Amino acid sequence: MTEILLRTGALSFAYPERVGLFRRPLLREVVKRVDLAVPRGSVLGLVGESGSGKTTLGRLLVRLLQPTSGGIQFDGVEISHLDEAEMRPLRARIQMIFQDPQSSLNPRLRLGVTLTRPLSVYGRVKGRRDRRDRAAALLDLVGLPTGFVDRYPHELSGGQRQRAGIARALALEPDFIVADEIVSGLDVSTQAHILLLLREPRARLGLTMVFISHDLSVVRVLCDDVAILQAGEVVEYGPVARIFNSPQHPYTQQLLSAIPLPDVEPGWLDDASPIVTPYSQGSAA
Amino acid sequence: MTAALSVQGLHVAIGQGARSANVLRGVSLALEPGEVRGLVGESGAGKSMLGRAVLGLLPANATITAGKISFEGRDLVAMPEPERRSLLGRRIALIPQDPMTSLNPVRRVGAQIAILLRHHLALSKREALERAAELLAEVAIREPRRVLELYPHELSGGMRQRVLIAMAFACDPSLVIADEPTTALDVTVQRQVLQLVERLRQRHGAAVLFVTHDLGVVAKICRTMTVLHAGRVLEEGDTADVLARPRHPYTRALLAATPRADRPAEALRPVPPALIESLWAEARRLDRLTAMAPS
Repeated sequence: MTEILLRTGALSFAYPERVGLFRRPLLREVVKRVDLAVPRGSVLGLVGESGSGKTTLGRLLVRLLQPTSGGIQFDGVEISHLDEAEMRPLRARIQMIFQDPQSSLNPRLRLGVTLTRPLSVYGRVKGRRDRRDRAAALLDLVGLPTGFVDRYPHELSGGQRQRAGIARALALEPDFIVADEIVSGLDVSTQAHILLLLREPRARLGLTMVFISHDLSVVRVLCDDVAILQAGEVVEYGPVARIFNSPQHPYTQQLLSAIPLPDVEPGWLDDASPIVTPYSQGSAA
Repeated sequence: MTAALSVQGLHVAIGQGARSANVLRGVSLALEPGEVRGLVGESGAGKSMLGRAVLGLLPANATITAGKISFEGRDLVAMPEPERRSLLGRRIALIPQDPMTSLNPVRRVGAQIAILLRHHLALSKREALERAAELLAEVAIREPRRVLELYPHELSGGMRQRVLIAMAFACDPSLVIADEPTTALDVTVQRQVLQLVERLRQRHGAAVLFVTHDLGVVAKICRTMTVLHAGRVLEEGDTADVLARPRHPYTRALLAATPRADRPAEALRPVPPALIESLWAEARRLDRLTAMAPS
């Protein structure tokens, strides 16, 4: 029996949407009754197109947002309605890696400071020497030269910045990381390095991860399980191999068949299915 | 047969004098009329720069230091500015990368298409709007007349990209530069956009230079492909041949590093950093040779 690190029950999130000056705002549901169970040490892929609610769901899981209803259990503790102060001890164990390393690293701080900031916040560094050593060790962990402790984010390439973002997330040795589209802006060669890099600490540190992506090929490579989101609902959920080999839901089938594999396939473009307006495809075609 | 596009020994440098850096190092390629050519490479390969050079839209600090670009046999580099401008948007069109920033946010979709048609085809305002509606219908936009009245922010990313495709094909171009036109789109929308580009290309008989980093997209829409790295052509040929039997180690490495939805993680091989380093070293060696050669 594998231990479940993170579990959600009927997790929902809605935000008020103004419909008119004098009318009461409508509640717009963007995450609808989502049930997930993420075993410790596994990677769950959250897949969906723009507007499917995958980023909102990710932010709920790390409690950057407060759910409208439903529960989130992290390591047996119900965290869905904890306030900031109550969340604080758990924050060290739950980390997030953001999509855009350009805007999520402070441009005015050297990497050494940025990487160890989480450690100083939790009082885990002793003096300057220790700080430098810890930063160097983190850089080494993600395959960056230790000399980068003195560099600023603008001196790094996109791939290097993303590695730095990962290093910062790993600084507190968290149990759980939510990674939001962290390889989508990267070149193929850099992307493959990052994907393999993410697989490693998972095996070594027993890291559990939720990996948000619109790219099914990347999910196939990195994840153990996958949840397919459409308009805020999980329409299919299970082990990657099963879902990729025999997708059951029409939306999953549609997503998978739209991936252009790097093989020449005459007829792929002359598919007779009607060209529909985006986001109006919801019903089984 | 005159090539739709012919690029010969194109060198482009950014900056001036001792501080200049080469971005294209002697690129040659030719597109037959109606050919769809994939231009593949990673960031910094120079693929967008090549597209911009053809369009005459190089950044202000970039210059063509050597080489020729001809469109249907006419030299685009030496051509007087007014003549070149009359070709742009009419005979040579661009489908830009970012559908979010490529339309004017404060003008209605219809007005933006009409301006293009009135300028190049000298249509009246009414004729231009009429034609604009037909063009939107051609890119499978429902209720085209209603969409003409909308502002870009009222459209989804996929819809905006369709509008831009309609504009690219509006004046029956014989060459279309597509600069990563589907990179910002979801897979299902990407597929529809690729289908549209192919349908319009067939109908209008245009040659397409399709700039992309996605080998999957190349496999589906391009008959031929050119692999670019550090501003050099490393390999070119029929897409089917290149993908099935890549000759250059870099092409092989790119294919092995591309995650595939039909294969598990164990199949993934990152591009060896040593290979990239040796390619850059070779490019720098070429730069020194060009710098020494009497011009």
